[in-house]
Amino acid sequence: MDTEMDQIYQIDVGNLLAFNPNHRFSSAPSSREELVKECVTEGTKLVQAIADTLFNFPSTESVDGPLVQLPPPTTKLPREKHLPRPKPPTKWEEFALKKGIQKRKKDKIVYDETTDKFKRRHGYDRVNDDNDIPIIEAKASDEPGEDPFAKRLDDKKKRVDKQQKNRLQNLKSAAKAGALPSHVQLAASALPITGTKAQPKKLGKEELGDVAGLAATSTASGGKFDKKLPGEKPPKKQGKHHKYLPVVPRYGWVDEEKEQTNKVLGKLLSKHSHEILNVGKAINMYNDKKEKKKSGRSDKLKPKKDITKKKPYANKANK
Amino acid sequence: MMEIRTPKTHKAKRVLEKRAPKLVENGKKTLILHGTKTSATLSSVLMELYRLKKGGAIKYSRRNENIRPFESGGETSLEFFSQKTDCSIFAYGSHTKKRPDNLVLGRMYDHHVYDLIEVGIDNFKSLLSFSYDKKIAPHEGSKPFICFTGEGFENVPELKQLKEVLTDLFRGEVVDNLNLTGLDRAYICSAISPTKVFLTHCAIKLKKSGTIVPRIELVEVGPSMDLVIRRNRLPNEGLRKEAMKSSKDKPKKKVKNVDQDDVLGKRGRIFIPEQEVGKTPLPDKSKGVKRERREGKLKKKNKEEGSASKKHKESE
Repeated sequence: MDTEMDQIYQIDVGNLLAFNPNHRFSSAPSSREELVKECVTEGTKLVQAIADTLFNFPSTESVDGPLVQLPPPTTKLPREKHLPRPKPPTKWEEFALKKGIQKRKKDKIVYDETTDKFKRRHGYDRVNDDNDIPIIEAKASDEPGEDPFAKRLDDKKKRVDKQQKNRLQNLKSAAKAGALPSHVQLAASALPITGTKAQPKKLGKEELGDVAGLAATSTASGGKFDKKLPGEKPPKKQGKHHKYLPVVPRYGWVDEEKEQTNKVLGKLLSKHSHEILNVGKAINMYNDKKEKKKSGRSDKLKPKKDITKKKPYANKANK
Repeated sequence: MMEIRTPKTHKAKRVLEKRAPKLVENGKKTLILHGTKTSATLSSVLMELYRLKKGGAIKYSRRNENIRPFESGGETSLEFFSQKTDCSIFAYGSHTKKRPDNLVLGRMYDHHVYDLIEVGIDNFKSLLSFSYDKKIAPHEGSKPFICFTGEGFENVPELKQLKEVLTDLFRGEVVDNLNLTGLDRAYICSAISPTKVFLTHCAIKLKKSGTIVPRIELVEVGPSMDLVIRRNRLPNEGLRKEAMKSSKDKPKKKVKNVDQDDVLGKRGRIFIPEQEVGKTPLPDKSKGVKRERREGKLKKKNKEEGSASKKHKESE
C-alpha cells in the first residue's frame, strides 16, 4: 500500500503479517507514553493495510460469519520436523517389480463351488476355510503314522512365523532408512534365560528389601554399619522383640518392674491360687524333666507309642 | 531380538499419526518453563505468554536446574521435553544476577535445538494492569495480526532472527479459510533501537467506514514489555537449508466413489441410508398446533383489536 510519506510495507497476508522497514524511531525518546503511542499508531497503519487486502477478498457466507480464502503464506519459516522420507521397497515389492507382477484388486465376495453360494473371502463362514475340510485323501508320498490335519495346522503355523520374520526384516530396513511407519515402534526385547518361555519375574519393592536385608546380615557386623542409599529404610529387627522396662523408675511414676513382680506373686499367693496354678500339671512337667535328664536320650530316638491303637483283647480281659 | 510394537487403542494410534513427520505440518506448540530462580516479573511474563497461547502451549511449573540452553551439554533436558510433549518452540525463563529477567526463545528441528535467542525483559506491564472495555477482549485461540516496525528488523541480524522467532511463536496454525469476524488481536513489535524491541498486545476494534473495509482501531489490552537482545545462536547452514526445504508436490487426495471409464465417462456413486419406515417422525397432530387453528386465532385477535380501536375512536 503506497502513501506519500511511507513507502511500501511488506505484507504477508497468509500469516497476517506486515513489516514496515522504513520507520525511524527518534533516538531521543520524548517519554515512555509518547513512544508507546507512536508504536501503536504505526501498528494501526500496518493492520489497516492488511485488512484492506483481506476484506477485499471474495467472501463466502457461513453460519459464523464471512469466510475468506487466505493465500498461502509467503514468509518461509523452518519446519518443525523433517520431510517424510520415502519407504524402501519391501522384499516382495522388489520381487514383484522384477517379475512384472501387478497388484489385483480382490473382491470381498467370492463364489464357492463346493456349496453353490457366494461367500465372503475373509471372516465368518469364509471360502476355502481350512477347518471345513472333512476328508483329506492320502497320497502315495504320505507316511502311515502322520496326521494330515495336524500337518496342515503345522504348515500354517510355519507360514505365519515366516511371514512375521519377513515383516520384521522389512521394518528393520525401513527403520535403517529412517522411514518407519508412524504407528510402529521397534523395541529390543529381553531373551528368556531358561529353556522355557517363562518371562524373568520382576522383583517387587518388598522383595528387593528382603533380599537386601539378607545380604546385609551376612556381613561381619550384621549389616548395622552398611552405607545406606537415600530413601532406603533401616532393616527390620530380626529375632525376638523384648520390651525391657526401665531399671530406675521415673520420678513420680510407678515402678513398673516392681509392679510386674508383685502382680505375679499376688496371683500365686491369693485365695484362688489353686484355680490358677494347675498343680498336677506342674508336678508332671517336673517329673518328666527329671527323667529325661536321667536317661540322657532324646525323645526323637525312642519309638513313639501310638496310644490311639487299641490292643485287641485288652478290654475283654478286664471284664 | 527385536519386537514390533503397535498401539493397541485407536486413540494411541491417532496420537502417533499426529506426531509423525508430515508434508503439511501442524501448528508448532510452545513449551514454557523456567530455571532455578525466577523473579516476579519473569514468572508473570511466562504465565501471560502461556495464556496468550492457550491452545498450543504447555507450561511446566517445576524448576529445572540442569537446563542451560547456550552450553553444549545443557540442552538434553530440553530436547527430551520437546520429544515428550511434541513442542517445537520453547520459552525458558531464568533470573540471575548477571542476567536479570532473562528469557530464552528457541526453536527445535526434529526435537534438536535449531536456534536460540536470549532477551532481557524491561518495563513489563501485566495484562491485569490494563483497563479496557471487556467486550473487545480477544478470544482464546484467535489468529493474530503481527506487525513489525523499524529498520532495525532488516539491518541488524539479531533483530532479523528475533522477527522470525516472534512470527513463529505468535503465528499459531496455518489456515486456509479465515472468519473475518474472528479477527480480534494484534501483536505490535517495534525496533526502538538496534538492541531493543517494544512488544505489545492489542485488541482490534472494527469501526464503520464508508467502504467494505472497516476502520481499525487498536486498544492495548495485553502484556507489554521491552525486549533487550542479549545472546543468540543462529542455526548452522546445513541444518537451515534442510529445515527450509519444502516439498513442491501436493499430497494426493484420494477421491472416493468416482470412477472414470472410456465407455461410460465419469461416474459417481451415491449411497442412500436405509429408509427406516418404522422410525420416521410422525406429524404433530396435537390440537393447538394445527394451522387452521393458529390462523383462526390470529384472525380473531386482529378482529378484536380492530373493534377495540373502533370503539376507542367512537368514544372520542
